[in-house]
Amino acid sequence: MKKIKYNKEILHDISFFLNEKKVSCQIKASTILLDLIRDVFELKGTKPGCHEGECGACTVLVDGAPVNSCLFLAINANGKKITTIEGLINTDGSLHPIQETLVEKGAVQCGFCTSGMAMSIKAMLNQYENAQHVPGDIIQDLPTREEIKKYLEGNLCRCTGYTKIIDAAEELFKQG
Amino acid sequence: MAKKLKVIGTPVPKQDANIRVTGKAVYGHDITLPNMLHGAILRTEHPSAIIQSIDLSEAKKLPGVVCIITADDVDVNNIGYKRDHPILKKGEANCTRDEIAAVAAETKEIAKQALELIKVKYKVRKGIYDANDALKDSAPQINKFISGKFENKNIAETFHYEHGNLEEAKKNSAHIVSRRFTLPRMTHACMATSNVTASFNKVDKKLLMYSSTQVPFLYQRDMAHALKMSPSDIRVIQPIIGGGFGSKLDIHPFEPICALLSMKTGRPVQILFSREEEFIASPIRQPMVIDLTAGVDKKGNFTFREINILKDNGAYTSWGATTPFVIMQSFSSLYKLKACKFNATAVYTNNVFAGSFRGYGNPQATFALERVIDLLADKIGMDKAEIRLLNANEKGEVTGQGLHFDTCGHKECLETVIKKSNYNKKVIAKQDARFKKGIGLASMLHVGGGAKIYRSDGCGTTLKIDPYGYCTIISGSNEIGQGSETVLAMMAAEELGIDLKKIKVINTDTDVKPWDVGVHASRTSFVAGNSLLGAIKILKEKLSKKASELMNSSHSEFDYENGQIVSVKSKDSIALDKVVREMHFSEPNELAIASFFYEPSSKFQDKNFKGNVSGSYAFASQAIEVEVDTYTGNVKVLDIYVAQDVGKVLNPLLLGGQIEGGLLQGVGYALTEELLMHEGKILNPNFHNYKMLTASDIPDIHFFPIETNDKEGPYGAKGVGEAPLIPTAAAIANAVCNALGVEFVELPLTPERVLKAISLSKINNNHHNLISL
Ligand code: FES
Ligand code: FES
Repeated sequence: MKKIKYNKEILHDISFFLNEKKVSCQIKASTILLDLIRDVFELKGTKPGCHEGECGACTVLVDGAPVNSCLFLAINANGKKITTIEGLINTDGSLHPIQETLVEKGAVQCGFCTSGMAMSIKAMLNQYENAQHVPGDIIQDLPTREEIKKYLEGNLCRCTGYTKIIDAAEELFKQG
Repeated sequence: MAKKLKVIGTPVPKQDANIRVTGKAVYGHDITLPNMLHGAILRTEHPSAIIQSIDLSEAKKLPGVVCIITADDVDVNNIGYKRDHPILKKGEANCTRDEIAAVAAETKEIAKQALELIKVKYKVRKGIYDANDALKDSAPQINKFISGKFENKNIAETFHYEHGNLEEAKKNSAHIVSRRFTLPRMTHACMATSNVTASFNKVDKKLLMYSSTQVPFLYQRDMAHALKMSPSDIRVIQPIIGGGFGSKLDIHPFEPICALLSMKTGRPVQILFSREEEFIASPIRQPMVIDLTAGVDKKGNFTFREINILKDNGAYTSWGATTPFVIMQSFSSLYKLKACKFNATAVYTNNVFAGSFRGYGNPQATFALERVIDLLADKIGMDKAEIRLLNANEKGEVTGQGLHFDTCGHKECLETVIKKSNYNKKVIAKQDARFKKGIGLASMLHVGGGAKIYRSDGCGTTLKIDPYGYCTIISGSNEIGQGSETVLAMMAAEELGIDLKKIKVINTDTDVKPWDVGVHASRTSFVAGNSLLGAIKILKEKLSKKASELMNSSHSEFDYENGQIVSVKSKDSIALDKVVREMHFSEPNELAIASFFYEPSSKFQDKNFKGNVSGSYAFASQAIEVEVDTYTGNVKVLDIYVAQDVGKVLNPLLLGGQIEGGLLQGVGYALTEELLMHEGKILNPNFHNYKMLTASDIPDIHFFPIETNDKEGPYGAKGVGEAPLIPTAAAIANAVCNALGVEFVELPLTPERVLKAISLSKINNNHHNLISL
């Protein structure tokens, strides 16, 4: 079990699934999920772009839904499923289709926004899939390009101008 | 090049994208070294103040604090190209960024806490926040480290340039337009904040810097000067860089501070900026006021331009002060021009100082110039597309400044965007009452083959092939996300017939790689590419000789394909790796290695800024269509048509990425991005109030590469990285003016500014109507 020591702070036990592996740790109530992931579990793929909830670089999935991990108290991860960019890759090391498509479409430049982008796209795909599986529901139309843009609004990128990222997302929806 | 290209020109994805997209790339933020401390910097509370005392006693008592330094604790030299910038400030603060003290502690939290315990007594001064005020006799001298080479104590730098007979050109002008343009501060906002990790080894007195610098060898030299060390005792390793755009051309105080903390403690120290600190303490695009007077003759030929620029230099001089070097090129040489007189003055103030920023002054210049061209066209009643075509630069032209346009796609760029955008129809489109559409044109000229601003604009390459047929390119140049590694690997794959997967690029370590001046001036593909091609040529000579020996033939001409060396004549072939093994392991035992240093043919300009400063020149034109909501003042960019003279497309996928990314930075500059300052303090140091564009804001981009095949460039290519954002703000402003029939002399075109312009034009029109009644 990993531990962080803080002076005279009350520590809380939490356990959760991190990329499908059960983990436990002791944290103080104010610990931020982003710091826990990066500093304690040393998964450095989740990026700190602002620590203020404004850039989306730190996006991870909590039970499949996207959150800015820099604003998410780690204590609220207790019992949940957290997925980071490291959890996206296939077990044999091959790229997840999201990653593959981002690469192929030229959507990665410096890459600092990429983890967050990939997780947001994953969340959008999840949402779309879930909506399709509501029993009795008619199959939904693919999201429009405008809807994809809207969904990715919370993820800033300074390098690419977004076009190729949106191209990649669109392609992924087409692939289904 | 008669041979058909197989790799060059194809959309090869970025070779290092895989590690970035899987979270495995190690950026500066991801480095942890054993026993590492965390550094933090205390900055002044007041942009202009006397520092009366600094009390560290409480901070030093905090458990976990290992070291605190102030100017009194260090023996260092100033930084900045004018050496006018102290690393830690002593006696006075002159800028909101000023570093007063620095802490190294066991954790980030403790370092931050310690800052709060440092007590500084200030005597607050009034400060000078306007460049004009700084020039007054009564103004105090803001920077005490300059030699006083200029007539006014607060002048940091001046530039004078002229060609042609200005007075005669004025006389020959049918119309003259004068305008004053005011350009804002824009910040790079790299997604990774500034970061550095320093590790000083007390035993052998060597310093290792993990730095995101764009110019490692200049960094090494400047760092050594600052720290009073030998440059070779400093090793610079570049982790993966989370965005550059020019921001990492200067060294900044936090970097030597980090080194000093490591030297004092003997432990590695890391400094990471918070986002707020990034907004406050990282460089910006230089703000300036441009006075431009320009003339046109009866037929529409441009006659002259007279330019006076006042630049707010901030408290210290950075490379940002040298942007007139590029600015004057646009004024002197974009479109044919008979006479030009250019003056620029950078003035010290207590504001934040600029750095270099993609485009290097050129977006500012191009905005002013292209706005005035529209006004001149109106004056003589000429179509705005026609006047540009008439004056467009041409192949073979040697400009008044001495730039040689051996290839020039300016006219073709213009023709392309005019045609593709349907410009002629759209410019006179009927208007809706509320949503008004407009279209604007602008062109740009930028260096496309490096820029000789240091003694050398060169780049070295060492190339080796191992006994397994893998190739390693050790390049002086580096990667900042733009894709240069991929382009180099493609060149090697093309020339050596080696699979891309078997090509490695090593370019992050100054102890290993040969000299290069750094990533700037859109030079990397051009200069590093030529350097690599030079090394390949030498290596192939060796390999071919060996191959011919092994084949027992007298053939000297070989093709390199699919890992084989193939005789052109007999079609006999031999595996490349086998040839390498034979070179290595049979007499006379030679390495399959070659080195080459490429220096562009460009010239250092003379004292009057004349001379052919670049190996080639890039041109681009944009036609941009906007829709303005006249109720809200909101400007929506609908379509961007961009044609750019890239020389030759090396990789359409990466090129497209450079174009789209650059364009959106240009749109941001035009519409939303402005670092707001009041009395030296930054008012919007966060993404919430500094408006960067998001995925929702993107226009449709229609890109048309123009291939002019420059004989100097690798495969004919020119630099591409900066061009896309340079004319964007100008074209957008022209489009908004076209839509509304108003004028703008400032950026960005925020809804407030647009509404104000609309209401002013209504007042003017009413006034006009009254008079005509
Ligand atoms: S780091 Fe979390 S939103 Fe920017
Ligand atoms: S790729 Fe650099 S920020 Fe998106």
